[in-house]
Order: sequence, then C-alpha cells, then structure tokens
Amino acid sequence: MSEDRLDVRKTYKLLINGAFPRSESGRSYEVTSAKGEFLANVAQGSRKDVRDAVVAARAAQSKWWAQSAYNRGQVIYRLAEMAESRRDELAEHVRLGEGLASKKAKVSVSRAIDRIVWYAGWTDKIAQILGSSNPVAGPFFNFSVPAPSGVVGVLAEQDSSLEAFVNAVLAPIAVGNTVVAVASEKRPTPAVLLGEMTATADFPAGLLNIVTGFTGEVAPTLASHEDVDGIDLTGVDEAFADELAQLAAGSIKRVLRPGPSEDASLRRLRAFVEISTVWHTIGQ
Amino acid sequence: MQLPSGSTVPAVENETQLRALLGGLSGVDAVGAEARAAKLATRSLKKSTKLAALDLAISMVDLTTLEGADTPGRVTSLCTKAMHPDPSDSGVPHVAAACVYPDLVAHARHVLGASPVKVAAVATSFPSGRASLNVKLLDVREAVSAGADEIDMVIDRGAFLSGRLGQVFDEVVAVKEACGSTHLKVILETGELVTYDNVRRASWIAMLAGADFIKTSTGKVGVNATLPTALVMLEAVRDFAETTGVVVGVKVAGGIRSAKDALRYLVVINETVGSAWLSPDRFRFGASSLLNDLLMQRLKQRRGVYVRPDEFSGD
Repeated sequence: MSEDRLDVRKTYKLLINGAFPRSESGRSYEVTSAKGEFLANVAQGSRKDVRDAVVAARAAQSKWWAQSAYNRGQVIYRLAEMAESRRDELAEHVRLGEGLASKKAKVSVSRAIDRIVWYAGWTDKIAQILGSSNPVAGPFFNFSVPAPSGVVGVLAEQDSSLEAFVNAVLAPIAVGNTVVAVASEKRPTPAVLLGEMTATADFPAGLLNIVTGFTGEVAPTLASHEDVDGIDLTGVDEAFADELAQLAAGSIKRVLRPGPSEDASLRRLRAFVEISTVWHTIGQ
Repeated sequence: MQLPSGSTVPAVENETQLRALLGGLSGVDAVGAEARAAKLATRSLKKSTKLAALDLAISMVDLTTLEGADTPGRVTSLCTKAMHPDPSDSGVPHVAAACVYPDLVAHARHVLGASPVKVAAVATSFPSGRASLNVKLLDVREAVSAGADEIDMVIDRGAFLSGRLGQVFDEVVAVKEACGSTHLKVILETGELVTYDNVRRASWIAMLAGADFIKTSTGKVGVNATLPTALVMLEAVRDFAETTGVVVGVKVAGGIRSAKDALRYLVVINETVGSAWLSPDRFRFGASSLLNDLLMQRLKQRRGVYVRPDEFSGD
C-alpha cells in the first residue's frame, strides 16, 4: 500500500453508561503534546454530561456492589489484560502528552498496569483490613464491615495522565463504588484509551464514566451534585479545592484532598468506604 | 372533514354515515408528522419558562397505579401524594387526578375527600377491553356510583382493526350514556392501531361519539404514547374544534418518565392546538414515575444543584 493514503483520524469521546457519546454540548477542544504539537480533538464535556454520568453511575452501583468481591477482582484484572495488549499505544500517548522519553513512558505504563492488578487483588481483601470483629460485653457477635460510599466523583490529577488516573478511579471501584471521573484537562487521551478498554473488560455499563473537558467548568457540578457521595479533588489547586469542598458540604460528601504519593498506600482505598457495624446474638 | 365552521357535532345514525364522515379525513403524512415532532422536540425551555412549564406539567398529571398488586394502602399513599406532591413545598400544585382500578375508587374517594384532585377510574375491562358490552357498562356504572369523577375507557381494538367501526362508535356512545355527567376519556391504544391514519380515524370516532378526552394508551402494551402520535391526535382535536366548536382534551399515557419528555409534549401542544390546551382541563399526562422527575427538576431549578432522586417518596 502506498504511503500517501489519508489518515483515519480518531474521535476521542466521553464514556457514559457504557457508551461513547460526543459531548451533549457538541463541543470539542484541542489537545496538544508537551511540545505544543497538535495531538487530538477531544470532546469537551458539559454539566449535562456530568448529570447523565451520575445517573448511570447511580444505576450501576448497587449491582456492582452486589457482585462477589472475587468477581469484582476478576473484572478489574481483565482491564489489566486489555491494557497489557495495548501498552505500546498507551505508552505513545503518555510519551507525547507528558513529554517523557520513550523508555520512561513505557515504565510509567507498566507501573499503571501493575497497579490495576494490585487493585484487582484488593477487592476480596479490603474487608479483612478495614473490618473487625469487636469485643462487646454481652452475648453478641459484633462486626464492623466496610461498604462503599456509593457514587464517587474523581477530578483526576493533571500531570500524570495514566498512572494517577488508574489510582484515582480504581481505588473507589475496587471497594464497590461507581465512578464519574474528569480526566486530566491537558492530557486526557490515556484516560480515554483506558475507558475504551473497559468496554472489552467486562466492566458493567456505568461502573466507570469518563468526562473529558475543562475541569474548572464541570467540577462545580460534580461537587454540588447531591446524588454523588464522595469526591476526589486531586486534580485541582488548593484554592479551587476549598471552593469545591464547600459545595460538596451541601450534601455531606466524603472529600479526598490532594495528598502524598500513592505508592502502595491504602489512603485511596479507605477514602470512599463507610464502616457499618452489625450486632448478632450468639447461638441464634 | 367537509363541515361548515362553527356547526355542531354531526349526528351519526348508522355505520354508513360514520364511514362517509371518516372518508372525508385526509391521510396522515407519517414522515412529516415524525419530522415535525422531532423538530419540536429540540426546543428548549429555560429558566422561568421552564419553572412555569414544570408546575403546569405537575398540575396535568393523572397520578396512576394500575397494578394487580394494588392495595388500599398503596392507593392511600398515591392519593396523599396527589394532593401534596412535595410535602416540603406548599407552592407545588396538586396533580389533576388519581387514576385507579374501579374496585379502589371508593377508597380513593374517601382519602381525597373534598380535595380538588379528581378520582379517575379505568373501566370497560381495562386494559384489553375483551368483555361483553353489558359487562363493560356494569364496570362503568359501578365506578361512577363509587364516586369516580372521570372514566378512562378502552375502545375495542379488535372491532376497529377488523373494520367494525360502527361497533366501536356505538360502544363509546353507550359508555358515555352510562357515565352521565362523569368525564369520559377514551383510550385508543395507539400502539395497537399500527398506522397514524388509524389513529386519526379512531380519534374522530371517539370524538363524534361524545368523548371528553381522547387518550393514547393503556400503558400495558409494547408501544405507548409517542410524540408524533400525540401530534396526530392534537391535530384531530384541533380540526374537530374548528369544524364543530366542541373542545376535546388529550391525555398521553405510558412510558413518559422524564420531565424533559413532558416538556416536549407541552411544546407540541402549544404549536399544534395553541395555548388554550395548556391546562389540566384539556391535557393530561397519565404517569407514575414522571411526577418524581418533575419534582426533582423543579427543585434543581430552585436549588441550583442536581438533587437526589430518593429525596422524593417512591410508589
């Protein structure tokens, strides 16, 4: 085949309820590489896309949590399988977006994929770590068990386009939440690729929803939405995070503020979990 | 229909006469009707207009429970919700009616008491309509004597589809007579009528026979109310009013769950028959879950943030 064929350009779209729509607003914006060269036209999500994503995430949450912890781990592991077979593509996007050397980009992707496997392993182990059997002065068993907060909004980190994104969305998913994530504004394409992989990874529709666009525009909608139970503010600066935390307070959401490095930390796994304590009579 | 403007409803004495009248109806341009409905559906209502439209839509709801599992307790909560859709906000209008099966009419009447919310009963062997005329009329009379303000009857689709139009007409006339002064809504079950031409013809038969309202669907079959069907029925109502001077209302039912859908119907009404039909006296939504979405959007407009669906009571 001759080399002068026309490129088939890709449309980078949102992920809402298992489908890949363009933004409801019809807008898109230009994403450039770290060197300033054109990379892609990406859908610019609006508040209505966030609204639709929250509806999808809410509908998916009870079913996701009803699956066995073992099964949830398998679904997440399947995502690692999908990412593994497309790691060169991911690495290319990470390299261009973050301006890394080719080798460093590949290492970053490998770490991201390994982290997916790590979270897959946590699904049926987190209860042992966060839960407890409590001594009480009476003929009762007393257990504290972790349960998901529900629907979690994630404002993904702006610089690390894949590794941080994986951490931010898979931690709440692993413990039984569903997620509406706003990808890095300047480097959204690795997150979009990961979203495409969920479609072949047995992720139920609505489990992970990804909105690309301007974080500053959609974040207030997500933070103030009363049907969102928690929000991760990692991707915004401190002043804006204060503002969003106030909006989130209107519906008493759990709020995760930017924190230290995530390496092998349980911080995110703990962030969107509710501990419920049950009493049960002994011998009944 | 070749009738001078402002004349009264023509008397129909036999099927031949009815066929002659219906023969004067032009066919429906199906592609045109669907395109027009789709075009109107893109219209967007904003801010104060949207708020007013949401309140109007709430006041047009026939809050419905038509399940085999209905109990007096369920009807009590339905009626309470009909009177006070959002107990935390007295500014929310009450809905138009509570719609129940005939055996629960007396209970609904008791709960609603002197409230302006009407009691609507589905009768005539709803939803299939497969019973003898005597059984259907008894069904209607019992509902009326139990205190129903409005009767939702179904037409005999089998008779209509096999061409026995006179039988369909006579049944509506008989039910109207059994209703007396009680308001009569005639369900065409448009999902079973197949074509828009049939919808137009059935609309005219019902109106000629004395229907106060024509209604799209029972909500019990695969295809329920659609925007183009409502458009065709509204056009029939408009033409009927122009030729006979008699005003008939329209009720859409089945499958309307979101406020967005409801507002689309309001736009179609306004653009087809005019703002005179933007009133619960002339237009109704038969629905159950729609009310919560209307309340949710209303609260969203006022509060400025998206609200939780479980802020409102379920069924």
